[in-house]
Amino acid sequence: MPHDNPSTAEAASAAPGFAVAQEAKRQRARLIIRAAGMLPVLLLLCVGFHFLSDGRFFSGQNLGIVLQQAAVNTVLAAGMTFVILTGGIDLSVGSILAAAAMAGLIVSKFPDLGLLWLPAAVLTGLVFGVINGALIALLRLPPFIVTLGSLTAVRGLARLLGADTTVFNSSIPYAVIGNGSLTLLPGVASIPWLSVIALLVILVSWLVLRRTVLGVHIYAVGGNESAARLAGIKVWAVLIFVYGVSGLLAGLGGAMQAARLYAANGLQLGQSYELDAITAVILGGTSFVGGIGSIWGTLVGALIIAVLSNGLILTGVSDVWQYVIKGLVIIGAVALDRYRLQGSART
Amino acid sequence: MSDPILEMRRVSKSFFSIKALRNVDLTVYASEIHALMGENGAGKSTLMKILSGAYRPDPGGEIRIEGRAVRIDGPLGGRAAGISIIYQELSLAPNLSVAENIYLGREISHSGMLARGAMRSGVGPILERLGADFAPSSLVAHLSMGQRQLVEIARALHARSKILIMDEPTTALSAGESERLFALIRQLRAEGLAIIYISHRMDEVYALGDRVTVLRDGTLVGSLDKPQIRADTIVRLMVGREVSSFYKKDHDPRARLGPPVLAVVDIADGQRVKGCSLTVHAGEVVGLAGLIGAGRTELAHLIIGASPKTSGHVELEGRAVTVRTPGEALDAGIAYLTEDRKALGLFLDMSCLDNINLAVLGRDAKLGCILDRDKARDRANNAFAALGIRAPDVGVPVGGLSGGNQQKVLLSRLLATTPKVLILDEPTRGVDVGAKSEIYTIIDNLAKSGTAILVISSDLPEIIGICDRVIVMRAGRIAGEMRRTATSPFSQEDVMALATGTEQLDAS
Repeated sequence: MPHDNPSTAEAASAAPGFAVAQEAKRQRARLIIRAAGMLPVLLLLCVGFHFLSDGRFFSGQNLGIVLQQAAVNTVLAAGMTFVILTGGIDLSVGSILAAAAMAGLIVSKFPDLGLLWLPAAVLTGLVFGVINGALIALLRLPPFIVTLGSLTAVRGLARLLGADTTVFNSSIPYAVIGNGSLTLLPGVASIPWLSVIALLVILVSWLVLRRTVLGVHIYAVGGNESAARLAGIKVWAVLIFVYGVSGLLAGLGGAMQAARLYAANGLQLGQSYELDAITAVILGGTSFVGGIGSIWGTLVGALIIAVLSNGLILTGVSDVWQYVIKGLVIIGAVALDRYRLQGSART
Repeated sequence: MSDPILEMRRVSKSFFSIKALRNVDLTVYASEIHALMGENGAGKSTLMKILSGAYRPDPGGEIRIEGRAVRIDGPLGGRAAGISIIYQELSLAPNLSVAENIYLGREISHSGMLARGAMRSGVGPILERLGADFAPSSLVAHLSMGQRQLVEIARALHARSKILIMDEPTTALSAGESERLFALIRQLRAEGLAIIYISHRMDEVYALGDRVTVLRDGTLVGSLDKPQIRADTIVRLMVGREVSSFYKKDHDPRARLGPPVLAVVDIADGQRVKGCSLTVHAGEVVGLAGLIGAGRTELAHLIIGASPKTSGHVELEGRAVTVRTPGEALDAGIAYLTEDRKALGLFLDMSCLDNINLAVLGRDAKLGCILDRDKARDRANNAFAALGIRAPDVGVPVGGLSGGNQQKVLLSRLLATTPKVLILDEPTRGVDVGAKSEIYTIIDNLAKSGTAILVISSDLPEIIGICDRVIVMRAGRIAGEMRRTATSPFSQEDVMALATGTEQLDAS
């Protein structure tokens, strides 16, 4: 009896071993599908709009406009990716963007401090983000409720900052980031500075998420918060970090808007930007329950939204129908999220 | 004997290419308590889920109830066929009343309005028959676990089920409640019901079973009638080999008992743990036994700082250490393997590599924060080799692995921190027999290399098989301690006696 144990054990393990290999292959295929996710959709949309608009989509000028339009949302969505990866949500980014832009413009009007408007805007965003994070991580309040509250409260503060008026500064320093372009090939190709900033944000986000200890901890907290706590991860620190990043990037988004418009209005700026950011993240394949997703998907998601807006205008779809179509895209995105989750290891 | 009430013939079930059940033939008669035993993963729950309609069996098999072939489709199919299941986790809605729960899904209504009165009077006679001490209008949330079980049974009787399947029904019950449940089960048998009783506890099977059927690796390996029901026979059937060769304990702490490594002094949480002290030496494997609910896991959580202490402290190698979070415990050298690896241990969507390296990422990082990916890959590959983890690649998500391999991945994460103290909470729960024996070997080797190990287990043969010393907990306190001696290894009966608080376990 004892001596035939090893052979039966081997025979028994060989078949499941093969099954495991098959299963792993299937899972890897699923990961690739998840990563490539929406890229084919983006390309199809581009080609489709190109034909529907009689070839006006793929022109250097129009692509520049698309990239510029995608820039601010990409930055917000990058921050939102951090938050949603932990299983949270940040509804306050639009309001934070407005408050940061207001703070930046006000600082830019001080003769001596003018140059500091950019850090002032970004820091304003960071402060609001950290407050969100502290409420969520330390008081254990639900992210939806906390950021729903700050969506309203920070909007009020943004209006308060400019005494509920529009603040202008036609000579705002660094205006080039809002309207200038980086020339790649003189006279042939250039890329708006706003888009350069957005790409840099994506690149840094990727580095943090995929190449640092903190990045793994973010995925871990989103994947299984209780297990993360037992594994010795400082969950509170991770949560404060992600909401801080989201606030900081909303602040950067505010600075980008301010530099582009030379003005900010606490009431109108950034209204419902949080929805576009969330849509971009979800379109990018990041799971709403956390733990799964990539920053590249978010970039693709943000580009889809920009291409959709641009293409619908190019093809002459009325403003009203643009809303309907974009709304359906959001629902389609969540349906896709559900479909993706069905195949995941989470059961 | 009369005609069988339930016959299963050549019932199989496969998931993808893995056979969870192979050609199982099971026959159950009316007025019979049929005990179903087997290791975790032996196929008991798959069999049950087929009978309840949650799973569809593979084509080729046949299920007959009272001689008629039936097809059990969907969750209502089982009930329609006369089969009711009472799960380990009760499936009652705590926010509804007893009557509403019993009628759940089949509510009585008069022209669209819920007829609460009719429902209450409808369940009255059944509750009376069961000897229930609560009213049909009571809220389930206010009932004890034992009372809730009665509600489940009442629901089954109300659906006129002829076959009642009970899955580890005493897990959450007190001793008194269990006794009342046994009396009720016997009463139901006398009333003509067939009861399939799934349990890991030998004493319950002795007390109740008219027949015992044992499953192993998806195959029915034997059915024993009452006179043949003996512990050693059942264990041999379940395990498939002699028990003595199954557990591995080569390390010998008496030869070179190391210095005390972990000392827990009078630790308490004000609720479940009421002042416990214990010591574990280097190279020693100490078992922590006790009934479910005795406070063993809670004690472990206090030691590693996962929940707050109201008193007491932890000493490591003679020095008091402050451990307020599991992170601090890991830094100090105390690693804890959770009993619930899916909910509290693993990150199922993340790769084996990430899961293994998670606790040491910071330690390995370059410049304090950049991942050292080569080191992580080496560590994961080494862990795969050292613990015999079977997966195609360290990069696959851990959620796709079998229970045993998942457990080894989790264990690898702890071992990566090179702990001085290892607390293992149910280290072989939900793990197949082969992996079980491998985990015992791993524990044995760790003890040889001088790690102090505390094993929490509800599996008494396991505790007896691998431990040098057993500490028994009862109702939040240390009830006693036993040391293995050359002449007499501790007996299952002694441990049970301490755990239950009776002087002797009656062997009836």
